[in-house]
Amino acid sequence: MSEARRAILARIRAQLARPPSAEEAARHDVAARLARTAPVLIPARAQLEGEARIALFCEKARTLGCAIERLPDLGALSGAVLAALRRHNLPLELVRAADPLLDAAALEAEPLLSVRIGVPEESDAVGLTVALAGVAETGTIMLASSRARPTLLAFLPETSLVVLPCAWIKGSYEEAWAMLRALPGWPPRSVNLVTGPSRTGDIPPSIELGAHGPKRLILFLIDRIG
Amino acid sequence: MEPLSLAFRERAARALHDPVLATAMQRLERGWQAARARAAADLPEFEALRDAAVAIKDHVLANLDLYLEEFERRFTAAGGVIHWARDAAEARAIILDICRRAKARTVTKSKSMVAEEIGLNAYLEAQGLRVIETDLGEYIIQLAGDVPSHLVGPAVHMTRERIAELFAKAHGGPPKQDSAALVAEARQVLRQRYLEADVGITGANFLIAETGSIVTVTNEGNAELTQGLPKVHIALTGIEKIVPTVAEAFVFLRLLARSATGQEFSAYTTFLTGPKREDERDGPQEMHLVLLDNGRSRMLGGPFREMLRCIRCGACMNHCPVYLAAGGHAYGWVYVGPMGSVLTPHFVGIDKSWPLPNASTFCGRCEEVCPVRIPLPKLMRLWREEAHKRGLAPPAARVGLTLWAFFARRPALYRLATRLAMAALGALGRRRGRFSRLPFASGWTVSREFPAPQGPTFTAQWRAARGAKG
Amino acid sequence: MADSPRVALFVTCLVDLFRPSVGWAAVALLEAAGCRVEVPEPQVCCGQPAFNSGDRRTTEDLARQLIPALEPFDYVVAPSGSCAGMLRRHFPELFEGDPAWSARARAVAAKSFELVSFLVEVRGMRVPPGRFSGRVTYHDSCSGLRELGIKDQPRRLLRAMSGLELIEMEGCEVCCGFGGTFCVKYPEISTKMVDDKAARAEASGAELLLAGDLGCLMNIAGRLARRGSNMQVRHVAEVLAGRLDAPPIAQSRG
Repeated sequence: MSEARRAILARIRAQLARPPSAEEAARHDVAARLARTAPVLIPARAQLEGEARIALFCEKARTLGCAIERLPDLGALSGAVLAALRRHNLPLELVRAADPLLDAAALEAEPLLSVRIGVPEESDAVGLTVALAGVAETGTIMLASSRARPTLLAFLPETSLVVLPCAWIKGSYEEAWAMLRALPGWPPRSVNLVTGPSRTGDIPPSIELGAHGPKRLILFLIDRIG
Repeated sequence: MEPLSLAFRERAARALHDPVLATAMQRLERGWQAARARAAADLPEFEALRDAAVAIKDHVLANLDLYLEEFERRFTAAGGVIHWARDAAEARAIILDICRRAKARTVTKSKSMVAEEIGLNAYLEAQGLRVIETDLGEYIIQLAGDVPSHLVGPAVHMTRERIAELFAKAHGGPPKQDSAALVAEARQVLRQRYLEADVGITGANFLIAETGSIVTVTNEGNAELTQGLPKVHIALTGIEKIVPTVAEAFVFLRLLARSATGQEFSAYTTFLTGPKREDERDGPQEMHLVLLDNGRSRMLGGPFREMLRCIRCGACMNHCPVYLAAGGHAYGWVYVGPMGSVLTPHFVGIDKSWPLPNASTFCGRCEEVCPVRIPLPKLMRLWREEAHKRGLAPPAARVGLTLWAFFARRPALYRLATRLAMAALGALGRRRGRFSRLPFASGWTVSREFPAPQGPTFTAQWRAARGAKG
Repeated sequence: MADSPRVALFVTCLVDLFRPSVGWAAVALLEAAGCRVEVPEPQVCCGQPAFNSGDRRTTEDLARQLIPALEPFDYVVAPSGSCAGMLRRHFPELFEGDPAWSARARAVAAKSFELVSFLVEVRGMRVPPGRFSGRVTYHDSCSGLRELGIKDQPRRLLRAMSGLELIEMEGCEVCCGFGGTFCVKYPEISTKMVDDKAARAEASGAELLLAGDLGCLMNIAGRLARRGSNMQVRHVAEVLAGRLDAPPIAQSRG
């Protein structure tokens, strides 16, 4: 199909009719643009700090239908997960990411909870993973795929549990992306910006949750890690 | 899909008597219009973002060849396979070929207007593949054997009762009564399809040259399951969808959902860069991207270049009084509303679609709300010029225009003729001040009284009172 | 010029033919604002019907016929947002790149105004000369609103009239369905749009509907009359000038 490629690019060039003398400058322009990672425009609302930023994140996420539990440290996670599963009448079993944060939370030590590590199956009702960032601007969480964190954990099970350290909550998408960029293996195969549970308005008159992705999104915000 | 746009007037007239459609259109007007206004007002930087978006798109379009090459290089480096398609037939053949090589029997699809544009489903089905739409709206349309009537809400014209019937027929069991139960039923059925699928086809809202990534945006999460569960992922999109960097993509992402449904952000925005990595435990083994031209490159050189800025948000139709009266199906092809009235002639030819650019009062609301400030009325007017050149208007309109132009070009004759005509009409209409029926004006008087002229024209009165000056 | 500019009244074809009283109201308002008003010839039409029908040649011919007549004046004022929009926005676009006409079209465009915005913004009118008492609602005509930004100006003048109560109807910015030739090309859709407009106007509780464009007004008045409504319809200039001797649009004396 390289013939089609040639033909399309030739058509584009014919239409643009860029003079040969401008070619060099255009290439330079494009290269410079691609090297520029600075944000274009960050809304004022995203430029909050500290508790105010966390508060905006929580307000936005709750409005969208997320449940939020704030925990002092990872030690409190297993108890909070157990309580959340009970509250929603869910089986006390889950499949989780092999993330070091979750290892540190020692969920397996909770005798009532059955925990598997790996990729979720159709039969898994609850998935637990870690977000790499939060975005206060719209109450969004940023997930990134890796060997440890299969993407499907936050999509296949009907209930999605996500751990997010408070310190990783940023104001804007751009700041969150900058965190990601600093990690090894960037860019990850799949980056998911998740803003509330799955929803649909396709069957009138109401908005319904859980169309394909999770019906329930429960966020555990951790004040102190490590 | 064979265009039915020449029958716009008849199809629209029928749609006006459809109470179900009227209710649906009212939902758009009261729901999405209001939500968009709120979302725009809640973000003081909204107008600045629109300006930035226009500048980015204009820059990309002026350098589209270079950006496509840059994108291709990075997309390929990440392990993706790129396929260039000059037209719809080529795109369909490429996709079929990938499916065949994957020995695919079942294909899942998330919503893609480009797939509608190339008539992908019918083609793949004719080749023996089982194609399942996963966006709930598209799935409903597919069950009904219908076509989308809106860019964002393809089944916006359907009632819950009708959807319940369709589901009962397709899935068995009695029709469910409430939306939640219907959504749960679809979820359960489509789960099985995701797991059975050998190939998943998605669209792409943006292509990012900086990283070689494609971006999908959904509210249901169906794109992630469509591309994440089968072995092979095929993304299909137009060559105009490029943005230079991730930072620039966020400008568009801040505008897209706000303009479309008034949400601040859609539930799922996903950046995909290549197939499953060696050490990963999930993700597709192959990732293909079909880049479609289909006439887009032709728009670059001329006055229609601005149309290539379109990000398919649907704001123009949500705010168009003609769309809200006629509904999407009246437009008779894939793209509807004001953006469709500009695009359809490009794809199917103006001779098969000239009623569409004429189906506007030029009220300008579409341009007012377009996040990338496309001058839609101006572009529709350009199509009217093309239609006029080719003599495509209905005979009555042409005769009327010619007659009017004959007098308008001859001011003295015009004065005389209008003075006599208005004096006569004024005398006839004096008693009631209006006419209920007038020859040559039945299009008006069928539903409106025709106000009678006061009699003497203003210019005649002015001449008499103040003398001719200037 | 500052004290007494020479103003060409571009009366518009609809006002010329159907409702000269609007032309006289415009003259009265302009004179009250200290202008010397003339009605230059030849003026027939701004060419919009041809322009919107895609007949570029006729449009350009009519513009070339009109521009010289308007050139000698300090300002050109039209009692219509749609026709003023044609002069202001589309004349320059029409002759873009035409060495003979581009500059002339731009010069005429720059001094062309819709009546009410001219009174408020150029002539600084705060209180109109007319008197009126009653409840009115105002329909924002599309071209005036979106091409020329006319929204607040008529409302400011109307609110300055004691005894006049301005009530906003729902959807005052939504098109009435006139659209020039649109109303006869797609009468079914046009009817639905004007019927919605009429219903919302009636629901506002106002006795009188005003707007700045005679096309919209004839459309809305025609539909209201067909619905058997008692609501009256007038051009905003008639009320601002206090010239109410002519019966409302589509109604008869008495």
